[in-house]
Amino acid sequence: MSLNYEQVIEKYEPTLGLEVHVELNTKSKMFCGCATEFGAKPNTQTCPVCLGLPGALPVVNKKAIESTILIGLALNCSIAPYSRFARKNYFYPDMPKNFQTSQYDEPICVNGYLDVEIETDEGNKSFKIEIERVHMEEDTGKSLHVGGNTGRIHGADYSLLDYNRAGIPLVEIVTKVIPNTGKYAPQVARAYVAALRDILRGLQVSDVKMEQGSLRCDVNLSLSSIGSGKLGTRSETKNVNSLRSVERAVTGEMIRQASKLEQGERIIQETRHFLEESGQTRPGRSKEQAEDYRYFPEPDLVPVVPESKWIEELRKALPEKPADRRKRLQAAWAVPDKEMAAMVNAELLDTVEQTVLLGADATKARSWWLGEISRIANDRNVFPTDLISVKDVAEIIALISKGELTDKLARQVVEGVIAGEGTPTDVIGKRGLKVVSDDSQLMKSIEAAIAASPETAERVRGGNIPAAGALIGAVMKATGGQADAAKVRELLLKHLGQ
Amino acid sequence: MAAISRDEVANLARLARIAMSDAELDHLAGEMDVILGAVARVQEVAGKDVPATSHPLDVNNVVRDDEVVPSLSPSEALSGAPASEDQRFKVPQILGEE
Amino acid sequence: MLIRESASKMTEALANKEVSAVELTNQHFEQIEAVDKDVHAFVYLDKEGAISQAADIDKRRAAGEKLSPLAGIPLALKDVLTQKGVPTTCGSKILAGWRPPYDATVVTKLKSAGVVILGKTNMDEFAMGSSTENSAYGPTRNPWDLSRIPGGSGGGSSAALAAFEAPLAIGTDTGGSIRQPAAVTGTVGVKPTYGGVSRYGLVAFSSSLDQAGPCARTVLDTALLHQVIAGFDPKDSTSINQAVPDVVAAAKKQNVAGMKIGIVKQLSGDGYQKGVENKFNEAISELVKLGAEIVEVSCPNFEYALAAYYLIAPSECSSNLARFDSIRFGLRVGDDGTHGAEEVMNLTRQAGFGREVKRRIILGTYALSSGYYDAYYGSAQKVRTLIKRDFEAAFEKCDVLVSPTAPTTAFKIGEKANDPLAMYLNDIATIPVNMAGIGGMSLPCGLADEDNLPVGFQIMSPAMKDERMYLVGGALEAALLAKWGKPILDFAPKLVGSK
Repeated sequence: MSLNYEQVIEKYEPTLGLEVHVELNTKSKMFCGCATEFGAKPNTQTCPVCLGLPGALPVVNKKAIESTILIGLALNCSIAPYSRFARKNYFYPDMPKNFQTSQYDEPICVNGYLDVEIETDEGNKSFKIEIERVHMEEDTGKSLHVGGNTGRIHGADYSLLDYNRAGIPLVEIVTKVIPNTGKYAPQVARAYVAALRDILRGLQVSDVKMEQGSLRCDVNLSLSSIGSGKLGTRSETKNVNSLRSVERAVTGEMIRQASKLEQGERIIQETRHFLEESGQTRPGRSKEQAEDYRYFPEPDLVPVVPESKWIEELRKALPEKPADRRKRLQAAWAVPDKEMAAMVNAELLDTVEQTVLLGADATKARSWWLGEISRIANDRNVFPTDLISVKDVAEIIALISKGELTDKLARQVVEGVIAGEGTPTDVIGKRGLKVVSDDSQLMKSIEAAIAASPETAERVRGGNIPAAGALIGAVMKATGGQADAAKVRELLLKHLGQ
Repeated sequence: MAAISRDEVANLARLARIAMSDAELDHLAGEMDVILGAVARVQEVAGKDVPATSHPLDVNNVVRDDEVVPSLSPSEALSGAPASEDQRFKVPQILGEE
Repeated sequence: MLIRESASKMTEALANKEVSAVELTNQHFEQIEAVDKDVHAFVYLDKEGAISQAADIDKRRAAGEKLSPLAGIPLALKDVLTQKGVPTTCGSKILAGWRPPYDATVVTKLKSAGVVILGKTNMDEFAMGSSTENSAYGPTRNPWDLSRIPGGSGGGSSAALAAFEAPLAIGTDTGGSIRQPAAVTGTVGVKPTYGGVSRYGLVAFSSSLDQAGPCARTVLDTALLHQVIAGFDPKDSTSINQAVPDVVAAAKKQNVAGMKIGIVKQLSGDGYQKGVENKFNEAISELVKLGAEIVEVSCPNFEYALAAYYLIAPSECSSNLARFDSIRFGLRVGDDGTHGAEEVMNLTRQAGFGREVKRRIILGTYALSSGYYDAYYGSAQKVRTLIKRDFEAAFEKCDVLVSPTAPTTAFKIGEKANDPLAMYLNDIATIPVNMAGIGGMSLPCGLADEDNLPVGFQIMSPAMKDERMYLVGGALEAALLAKWGKPILDFAPKLVGSK
């Protein structure tokens, strides 16, 4: 008997914990000089160290330490003056050493926070997510399961291992327990991961592509009866590969756990897998006894003691926080909340900003990118900047602002540039799209229009200004839309004594 | 000093991924008892105020620059593989989660 | 007979063109051919590689190129160091036939210096043992008495030296595995300060204790070899980033007048063979005659060193040996379609590891487990600090510390094989050195009266002051040579077939 979400939140409150793993974009691996290129042929980026061959030894990648400290600083963490690597001992075929060199009780960054905002029916709500720790570790190899019919482990005949990924630097970001999200838990979780992703992107320390695995999220969730004051047993859900999945995984687990609790069943502390298709989670391998990782300080590596001077330099080099930047731009461009959100969701904030930096009016930039250009892009299933460059859009907007193009003409220019006819200037030239604002030229068309509709002209002379619209329309038609409509109106009315 | 049971040794063998016969487990349990009895004396002097030494050398911050260095060729990497296919290491069915 | 000379003498002979490197190498292979069926020091001979290296040295010497002091000198390499393309077994079945795709840094340095690596020597499996009886390839026998152990874990290297199969050898020392074999075979062995020699390519047993080191028949030869293999290695994060001390000059200096020599109270008495202590004391007298001053020091925490070692080393090894899982290299057992990956791993490790290795893995797994860490591993690491402090306090009062290297002379093969604790006691005097990471040397100081077997004298120097061991060792060796009239190995019975 499954409850629905409303029923769940009526009786239970969720407690969240989120663990995010970030693959750093260093050129070489965490403990050796092998390349970290994505998609290389199997086992072409390995060496005795990352293969875990007997006798091999690790040497720490300085850039990885730097990136980790940057992440810690961006998350308002304290940087530990002294931290160490530790061995996490367990066996798995994709782990060359059968221990992971990680950090245990002496992580490099601790006690940070990230402010997260979500949109709700009851207005925007803020949550301060506390960060327990940020630490360094290494990624595992990749296994390919052969045989069986799903390419998954169960039912596979054998597996093939590629260690190119083994040893790539990973940063693990662990939140403290997140209480009091109530019914918004799924959104908060999603918003946290999205905000984290933005920060990481801004720091340029990772590609942060969830689909490629450079950003991974594990969701920990427990439920307790509202008001009970007791924490429930938590489950850990892995294999959450997109922002949407984060939200769905939280929702799914809340429903699953509540349904069980309603039936008087216990929640087992276990690791579960998120299933994309159904939005449900299934149990992972059932282990009668928990794995004991037998952590101890890594004897092959020495402690990391970052100089305060270096940390301060890194702190100064931190880019503006995404949230701060958004606030600043929103104020500068006078954009209402809803439209700001639309721009951010469409991932066009950077594009619009770049266009503005080239001199374009902010409102026009927004409206072109999110309007016409996005419409065409969506039709074609591409991203707006795939169609036309920031430079071209800025140029077009400049021409509009100068009065050399009307919006209508500009649309044709955009079409032309997208179609590959050249730069905006090229298109205007080829298609003859320039606005006609030469007075004598316009007068010719105006006189022709008057001559064609003498009664209408009379009405305007008589004081009926709105009637001028038909005449203006005739002139526009005659000039193929290239007349400067405002100019036509001005000249026409003047000519007719108004 | 509690005697270490055969079940405990069996659990340790499981953690260490070494198959052991019952006879081996029994024998080891006995040996463990004797050895642990002898080594437990470290607790006599390991006071709270004594810091642990994990590294004999008093050195910190040994790092390398983020530069790519040539890897082994795939044939070198796979040269010791008991089984391989398609330039990957081949292992029998892995039970358990991905 | 050139093969009975020191490496230094051989270097002269090569320089004077009395013999070529190829001839010298072949002479050693002939000796190996003659005696190794009895001694079993070697598990692999690289005839092709060695002759090729020797020929290259001869060619370069003929062309007038300036060569390293040890160019063309043969060497026996303990089978725990990776040598590219050459079988490296670490004395274990689990690595039978494994040919590493890379050279250990020590090997790279030896090759650059033109040293001729004859082959790989036998050892206790994964360096765990004090007798070389734990080798999966059969024991090595002590050239002094083939029914006795040559020491361990590096018994192959020390036996090769004592049997004149090579003038130089490389060993590794975690709890005494260079020094104790040197002691029971009448040869010289040094464990440098931890970090003095790169561990890249040294198959790890206990990472915070392991160290590769030079072995030879004389202190000077040992120093020459030390010079070649020591030095900073960027591939080893635990390697010392400082210049190698001038150990060769120290070995030649032979002047200990005014030096303070500390005798460690705890490394004597109960458990030490009378004849061993007698020879030790005689050596002390020699040092006094040379003008050294003797100081008595007490290092009370040394009583706990053995216990701490047998927690730390197994703990680290339980983790270091996890990589032997049948997947990327080594033995694979049970892959017949009826077992999954984990079972194959379990069966492989059951078949591939010997009893001592399994014992230590289980012990280490226990010592690190949740709930036991503090009492065992955690406490042992604290004892380490106490031992370090004892050494520091002692070194305030003296320049070096000394003791017998091992409590007994070479015991019979099989005598202690079934008593792990009795076996562990062989390292009682050597272990404190590894725990503190300082330097230790063993050189021969005589033959015990009871059994006419070699006794080793241990010299311990402060961290980063390895030259002091060589200074005292060189002086003592010269004094003893004068006293005996000939090198100690000349007292050994000649092996059947030996040149």
